Amino acid sequence: MMDPMVKENLKTTPLAVRHREAGARMVDFAGWLMPVQYAGIIREHLHTRQAAGLFDTSHMGELWLEGPTARADLERLMTCRIEDLEPGRARYGLLLESGGGILEDLIAYCVAQDRFLLVVNASNAEKDRAWIEGRLSRETALTDTGGETAMLSLQGPLSREVLAPLLPTELDLASLKRFHLVETRVGGSGKAGAPTIVARTGYTGELGYELFVPRDAAAGLWDALVEHPRVEPVGLGARDTLRLEKGLPLYGNDLDETRTPIEAGLGRFVAMDTEFIGRAGLETRGEPARVLTGFVCEGRRSARGHDGITVDGRAGGEVTSGAFSPSMGRAIGLGYIERSAAQDGRSIRIDHRGVEIGATVKTPPMVE
Amino acid sequence: MTPKELKYSKEHEWVRISGDEAVVGITDYAQEELGDITFVELPQSGAKVQQMEVFATIESVKAASDIFGPLSGEVTEVNGELSDKPELINESPYEKGWICKLRISDKRELDKLLSAEEYDEFVKGLED
Repeated sequence: MMDPMVKENLKTTPLAVRHREAGARMVDFAGWLMPVQYAGIIREHLHTRQAAGLFDTSHMGELWLEGPTARADLERLMTCRIEDLEPGRARYGLLLESGGGILEDLIAYCVAQDRFLLVVNASNAEKDRAWIEGRLSRETALTDTGGETAMLSLQGPLSREVLAPLLPTELDLASLKRFHLVETRVGGSGKAGAPTIVARTGYTGELGYELFVPRDAAAGLWDALVEHPRVEPVGLGARDTLRLEKGLPLYGNDLDETRTPIEAGLGRFVAMDTEFIGRAGLETRGEPARVLTGFVCEGRRSARGHDGITVDGRAGGEVTSGAFSPSMGRAIGLGYIERSAAQDGRSIRIDHRGVEIGATVKTPPMVE
Repeated sequence: MTPKELKYSKEHEWVRISGDEAVVGITDYAQEELGDITFVELPQSGAKVQQMEVFATIESVKAASDIFGPLSGEVTEVNGELSDKPELINESPYEKGWICKLRISDKRELDKLLSAEEYDEFVKGLED
């Protein structure tokens, strides 16, 4: 019998059955069938801030760069410094097109001296692979393991105490610092445990870990984690409200090829003293007229992407992300605003479908 | 589950009739579809409502939804609790989550509404 949840041409993660069993509402996200919510976005969001939320992020892309020239190639491709990125460390950076516009934001994980794992947005995975492939030295091997890798994200103040018992006893999870990673095995159901990369990275602003396992180990790992009484499954709806509260940008909303890193407030992830594609393009640009900043609305009514922002009575920007903040109980967002107005406490007005919403500029994070 | 004493519109509103007055809200199916409700734009007391025309807006975390008048009339009272606690609609769509009260202007419009049974059938058809 045809599964009514499976739509044609949508990719599924190895956890699709788990999500359905947990009563998730599934949606098409970047061509993947993904859970947008289980018990409810607000509850899942607050649970992640207070305890531990478990996300299926297997839709993200995984690209490996390996070989003696991989490090030098990656240095040239990413805006951040790579030459000093040691095994066991990760770094956030951007890919730019030659004019300086942002193609992608991603995290590079240095797994070994000449082995790097790039984790990219699901919506850009194919674009990224093609763009990188054409720009590598002959000796650098590019492997796309997106189809074989599952990725789970465990985020929240209790995430360490949930995860630690599942790791080998000799691994001291407390000593794994932010943006550090280890290759290990994660046990579940009494088995030896699947080979896993455990990284202390995430998209929620909380203590948390991202776990990369082979596809066939995903369900076992999910079960082992969700079995913990303080863990709840969390969908993409809350993933968005969580990152928005912290002011973390989302490619496609806040970042795209028409924006440069400086406009987007990401200058600290650009090492202008290194070589990278797009550096020349950036050098030709002056100060941006508008910059990405956050805002907090007066009440519960949300501003949404593309809403116009008025500063001192004139057109002064536009919203790129907007939603209700469960932690604050009011609407918040990110948008590009005239540089001079992008100051904490500045009053702005937002036009949402003909209704005016008052808001106050807040340099991210909107929620500490 | 669907209260038998109420009448329903195909836009997933319910009405509780008492003489010339109707209490209006949205159904359990509607609140489930919307997800967590974060904001309700209520009509003003005294506002005129037309059957099948937008008279309120309900926002959830991800989207906004227009609410259509199930009947024509004049708004006599709105549920002020929804300003601070719009989640009442999710928790209690037929009781605490009522949206407003109308003085009905044309009782013949009730004929256009569905019974609980007819509404359940209608919803079942949507889900197939």
